[in-house]
Amino acid sequence: MSVEFGFLLVQCLSGLASASSLFIIASGLTLVFGVTRIVNFAHGSFYMLGAYMAVTIVPWLLQIERSPTLFFAGVLISACVVGVLGVLMEILLLRRIYKVPELFQLLATFGVVLMVQDAVLHIWGPLDIAGPRAPGLRHGVMILDQRFPAYDLFLIAAGPVVLGLLWLLMHKTRFGILLRAATRDRDMVGALGVNQALLFTGTLFLGAFLAGLGGALQIPRVSASAQMDLSIITEAFVVTVIGGMGSIGGAFLAALLIGQLQAFGVLIFPKITLVLVFLLMALVLVVKPWGLLGRPENAAGLSALPEGIMQPRGFAAAEKLLVLLAVLAAAAVPIFGDTYAIKVATEVLIFALAAFSLNFLVGNGGIVSFGHAAYFGLGAYASGLLVTKLGMPMEPALIAAPLVGGLFAALFGFFIVRLQGIYLAMLTLAFAQIAYAVCFQWVEVTGGDNGIVGVWPSAWAASHSTYHYIVLVAAGLGIFALRHVIYAPFGASLRAARDSAPRAEAIGIDVRAHRWLGFTIAGAAAGLAGGLYAFSKGSIDPTLLGIPLSVDFLAMILLGGMQTVMGPVLGAAAFHSIKDVFMPLTDHWRFLLGASIIALVLIFPRGLGGAYAALRARLSGGAP
Amino acid sequence: MTLLVVENLNKNFGGVVAARNVSFALAAGEILAMIGPNGAGKSTSFNMVGGQLRPDSGRVMLAGQDISGLPPRAICRLGVGRSFQVAQTFLSMSVLENLQMALIAYAGRTRDMLARSSALYRDEALGLLDQLDMAEQAEWPMGALAYGDVKRVELAIALAGAPRLLLMDEPTAGMAPAERAALMRLVAGIARRAGIGVLFTEHDMDAVFAHADRILVLVRGEIIAAGSPEDVRANPEVQRVYLGTSGLRAALRARAAAHG
Amino acid sequence: MAEAMLEAEGLRAGYGPAEILFGVSLRLARGEVAALMGRNGAGKSTTLKAIMGLITPRAGRVRFAGRDIAGLAAFRIARLGLGYVPEDRRIFTDLTVAENLEVGRRPAEGRDAWTPERLFEVFPNLASMRHRHAAAMSGGEQQMLAIARTLMGNPAAVLLDEPSEGLAPVILELMADAVLRMKREGIAVLLSEQNFDFAAAVADRAYVIEKGEIRYDGSMAALEADPALRAQHLSL
Repeated sequence: MSVEFGFLLVQCLSGLASASSLFIIASGLTLVFGVTRIVNFAHGSFYMLGAYMAVTIVPWLLQIERSPTLFFAGVLISACVVGVLGVLMEILLLRRIYKVPELFQLLATFGVVLMVQDAVLHIWGPLDIAGPRAPGLRHGVMILDQRFPAYDLFLIAAGPVVLGLLWLLMHKTRFGILLRAATRDRDMVGALGVNQALLFTGTLFLGAFLAGLGGALQIPRVSASAQMDLSIITEAFVVTVIGGMGSIGGAFLAALLIGQLQAFGVLIFPKITLVLVFLLMALVLVVKPWGLLGRPENAAGLSALPEGIMQPRGFAAAEKLLVLLAVLAAAAVPIFGDTYAIKVATEVLIFALAAFSLNFLVGNGGIVSFGHAAYFGLGAYASGLLVTKLGMPMEPALIAAPLVGGLFAALFGFFIVRLQGIYLAMLTLAFAQIAYAVCFQWVEVTGGDNGIVGVWPSAWAASHSTYHYIVLVAAGLGIFALRHVIYAPFGASLRAARDSAPRAEAIGIDVRAHRWLGFTIAGAAAGLAGGLYAFSKGSIDPTLLGIPLSVDFLAMILLGGMQTVMGPVLGAAAFHSIKDVFMPLTDHWRFLLGASIIALVLIFPRGLGGAYAALRARLSGGAP
Repeated sequence: MTLLVVENLNKNFGGVVAARNVSFALAAGEILAMIGPNGAGKSTSFNMVGGQLRPDSGRVMLAGQDISGLPPRAICRLGVGRSFQVAQTFLSMSVLENLQMALIAYAGRTRDMLARSSALYRDEALGLLDQLDMAEQAEWPMGALAYGDVKRVELAIALAGAPRLLLMDEPTAGMAPAERAALMRLVAGIARRAGIGVLFTEHDMDAVFAHADRILVLVRGEIIAAGSPEDVRANPEVQRVYLGTSGLRAALRARAAAHG
Repeated sequence: MAEAMLEAEGLRAGYGPAEILFGVSLRLARGEVAALMGRNGAGKSTTLKAIMGLITPRAGRVRFAGRDIAGLAAFRIARLGLGYVPEDRRIFTDLTVAENLEVGRRPAEGRDAWTPERLFEVFPNLASMRHRHAAAMSGGEQQMLAIARTLMGNPAAVLLDEPSEGLAPVILELMADAVLRMKREGIAVLLSEQNFDFAAAVADRAYVIEKGEIRYDGSMAALEADPALRAQHLSL
């Protein structure tokens, strides 16, 4: 009995230790969001940089003397360096995007994530770097016959200490009082003579400092690695969303909840702890759409033009010719091109369908999905598993792909369309991570990290050329059908709901039901694309559901121009070709990609499609 | 025939009374104005009729049918069109497409994925625009219109559902003075011709006194006066609300004098 | 007329596609209290917001203390010595009274700085609730706090948006005292008002705004003495 109890106690303590770490990181994220209203993807990068700084600085300091003082001095110095990087990010980037639509903000900060990833690899190399252990806290403590690391006890204390210090900062200093006031009403703070720019810069220092501190404190427990940014950022998102974005107290509460959920979830459902966390988030958001201690967001400006598809026009005669030429060119690739060219062309067609379906949501419906790859990946897994596990042939497996993609989109979408703005985007991300986690952790079925190989087309379709034609027909039909829906009353109704939900409701449109149906259709189309992709690669793996692929899709529609109907096709072609040409040539592909995304957001937000529309307007004599 | 009967509507927001025992009736073809100072509860009462807010207690009856607490889209289908304080139109669409969208919704075809929306109900949409003298701007994008014309498009959208009752929340707010009179004349003309009941809130007293058959005056959530424009204009209580409380005046003057 | 401290000329402004102001011109002399009268929706609040830089004027000029301020950010205008008390008060409800005052604090230039203690003298009701959260205050107390918070910035002139709205008569008297106290401290005040008695008790000049245009510009005494004039502009 006492052993049992001791075990549970230790489990609980280790939950508290991870809750502490999680809180320290999430508090910075929620603070930055509260004041600037930007959800900073790069917060995870600051965490990672904190760890790398610490594994560099702390051993150097410990050479002088192996004392706890120097260890923690090194941790604090690392956090300060990261804080300064946060200031740089605010001045160079965030300041320019406070007023742009939130999708662009998310993408721009994700661009920073990509750049930092490559920078870290360049500076510290690809190998994980283990940090030194903290002098004086290297031992284990016996608690009811269970060994528990002393450093984790220290961490358990660190969370509440940081909470207390933050409380003091927020209540006893002028800076903190201004921060709290600005979180409530930024404009009024300005009208009282406070320079918001300085306040925002200070906030980014504090936010990045906290992320860096969280990373630096982790070095005795985990090695610094270039993957730690994305894994922590989703957890930090979950904590801030559950707690209520902008609420530090909420973040603490949520971190405690999640820490315990993980600690005990491991005992009960060892395979799906990640899923539990995201399920908790989905549940909280459905019951309390603004998190445990959050507040409703003010409605966005009603008079602003929506960022998306405007009046869709049909093809002009010349454009019909262009489309025909494009289809002919795609059809001619197997005749004139080599195997490599066929492979690239096939993939472009598949991504074109996926990007088109995403823009059906984002551009046409105003539903910003940050997890569209989930439906792509689920379609791929449906096809792949049916072929490899159940021995089905390709044809029914390909039909199953859109059905499964659509089914999961309907399931997740049921919750997603209840939310709005940044919370909606976060929930799409969370559901995508649930799907990712299942595919990653359910090793017996999905093959886990390695995925499954041997997803080959039927014999008649086995050649690259034949499969290319199958993709051409399937993706072409998919795009054609979705495009038709955009022009149909249903597509127009989605645009109407996006432009003005109150007006749409007032003329009798059930906005939520229409958005749900739209989400399901887009998910089905992405599922089809995923199924096609699985057979073109011959394998499936969890990256097909990952955030980076979701962001690739978003980059495609951004590059193509989300205001235009056909832009995403152009964007997919351009993005994938550029990636295919440049990626082998450079070691810094991600850096380039990140910088390009930021450049797109800052100077070219209308993309190729927008540039084409402007050109066309100029040629036709400047009609409105 | 009594088109709309509102009985004892109450609404509190966190202890603040926004509507207290609000009751009134509206006949078909009648134009009823709701006025009162800021925070008097005009929008609250208005939104309880339109379905944007659910009353704490009380009933809203439309042509004998209880519509209290129904969502806006259901109330719309029962024949209630509305305009918003800040005009709500579909900004990404042309004027004509806005009207086509409203007609598609009225016909219950918003889930249609086969037809081409630009080909549907064109003539009907043009007919509505013609009624509002907007046929020439049919192909214009909404963004290119003056705000007064945006308001007219919104009115046309509300009329597309062939309403029996029109709810207009500050129909002339944000418009240039010359456009206001024109819009109100238009509304009044259409309402009288088609026998549509109109309930509107308004700050522009010219608009109210020129077109309303009856006026309700709300103060702190309660109706303090109701009647013809002449009655309301002559009501001393209403005068007090609009000109400040006379009882306070002497006291304030005395203090001002004392301070020199 | 004394030297103009604040002067707006041909001010046009609105929100998105909606136009509210169609060329508003007014001036506020040093140490003067002027009332901008008008009905709901006439453009009173919009005028004050456009002067304060909270919405960007589409046309027209605004001069304050000898500088063109149209188009400047609100915080720069505030730092030039123009205070603003919004209609809906916009108190930071999560903050205590003392913290709200702290947000407004700015250094005084060449005059006695306002301190919380001096303000508690003007608004005795606030003194006992220094550490109370603003969310737990009545409307009248919040209005006092909003004015006190702005005074902490030691402004030379204050824009006061409908200070009397929704207040009980006894609080109104305190509010009138506060405006007159500001005047005695040499602070110029431009207040927007619907309550004529309140405006008449505190203001030297009156403007009447209707449908975004100034319809009356003259002394408060003249407007008060002439019921016909008043009825023409302000009654139903």
